[in-house]
Amino acid sequence: MSTLVEAHGLAAGYGGAAAIERVEFAAAAGQSVGVLGPNGGGKTTLFRTLAGELEPMAGRVSVAGRPAYLVQTERTRLDFPVSALDVALMGTLAGGRWWLPPRRADRGRARAALARVGLEHEAGTAFGELSGGQRQRILLARALVQDARVLLLDEPLSGVDPASAERVGALLAELRAEGRAVLVSTHDVEGARSYDLVLCLHRRQVAFGAPATTLTRAVVEETYGSELVVLEDDGRAVRAVAVQHHEH
Amino acid sequence: MDLADILLDPWRSGIGRRAFAEVALLGGFCGALGFWVTSFRLSYAAESLAHGLLPGLVMAAVLGGPLLLGAGGGVLAAAALIALAARDERIGADTATAVVVTGLLGLGALLALAPDSPPRLEELLFGDPLAATGGDLATAAALGLVGSAVLFALHRPLAAVAFDATGARPLGVSPAAFGLAMLALLAVAVAVAARGLGNLLVLAAVVAPAFALRPHVSSPGRAMAAAAALAATAGVAGIYISFHLDAAAGACVALALCASAVLRLRSGPRSAPARPAP
Repeated sequence: MSTLVEAHGLAAGYGGAAAIERVEFAAAAGQSVGVLGPNGGGKTTLFRTLAGELEPMAGRVSVAGRPAYLVQTERTRLDFPVSALDVALMGTLAGGRWWLPPRRADRGRARAALARVGLEHEAGTAFGELSGGQRQRILLARALVQDARVLLLDEPLSGVDPASAERVGALLAELRAEGRAVLVSTHDVEGARSYDLVLCLHRRQVAFGAPATTLTRAVVEETYGSELVVLEDDGRAVRAVAVQHHEH
Repeated sequence: MDLADILLDPWRSGIGRRAFAEVALLGGFCGALGFWVTSFRLSYAAESLAHGLLPGLVMAAVLGGPLLLGAGGGVLAAAALIALAARDERIGADTATAVVVTGLLGLGALLALAPDSPPRLEELLFGDPLAATGGDLATAAALGLVGSAVLFALHRPLAAVAFDATGARPLGVSPAAFGLAMLALLAVAVAVAARGLGNLLVLAAVVAPAFALRPHVSSPGRAMAAAAALAATAGVAGIYISFHLDAAAGACVALALCASAVLRLRSGPRSAPARPAP
């Protein structure tokens, strides 16, 4: 399997201060990585660095092509007057030609992407009027149009209704089957077991590897500290809930 | 005086006709640009640029040079000084901008009020569309044509950045580069429009129509068209008011533009609360 995204000795941060250090991981085509960590643990800093928004302070990152970065939909401008189709069409900007209006073929691709996320009937609806789950699926449609090989999803299931969560989960499985690498930041320690790999961050890399062997009590405690509520512990693996308070 | 006289009298003089054309041309482009200025949350930057160019404008008038050249130089000097002051992180960009712009405004006023300065420099502050010349109209028309072409070309990347700056970068759209392009276009518009609408009042044409219409529009294209139409209409209304009340034209145009902002109050925000489920 070819490696699509990797980091070696990565440090990144803001204003000269590192928010993450010593990050070392790799994901191949078709693999999913759950990125775990507390608020301020460095998940978003890692994604912003992989997306090219932040320059590494040390080490290096390598991403195949331009990744698709799906922020939490509340962080988009919900009052900006664009339709679901307009947002999907933004994915065509990755092909260059930004100074020209979209072509008929571009519109066709955007409509096909909306159909794939099950929202072709909402093409004309204002993005800000959709539910959180629908908005997440529209951003996924933009990533489909972009045809990115690496997808970075910032807590895609946060505040999403169960039907949309199921749809997003199925879509992510399809994307992996197509040979894309998918990185998902999450607070759901239990849910992270469904990913191929997990990366635990707490201002530095705590652990990286397969969930079954990586998510030990010691690792999860080191990752979340006092934010952790342990539900079950069989000595090897741990069932736990990370208590998070989001700041939006 | 009947209604026909009220409507037609201002058109009977060349001064009136040129004033209508000037405010319609400048208002139209500034209104359209205003949609992006407000979307990028650059209203404060726009005000700073407009006020900061005053010394350049006054020096051009004192030296008898082209006002547009003075305004352009003033904008560049203001932008450079603001960037320099904002480098000190202990001050903060807002405070640095406020100090620099107030200083430049004071310098401009000092120059304008000096005994050797030519009279009527207050027109630079408050504008005088009634003094528009054929050259001013040609400049305003060129701004409208070239500026509209640039906005057309920038439309898609500007929308991507305004909607989601973080997600735009991986699409190959640099928020910093397109933000800078936006500021450059704004600086040119302010430099051209300050001559007719006034250094202190030009912001009304940029910000007020876009602010008024924001809750009522469904796409950037419609928003720009509606803001351009509203700004041009309010500008024309301002000239009528000025003519019939014998009041300062620049101020009347600015007040008419700001009065258009009440349209925003007509209904709530267009974006309804998000649906709880699909």
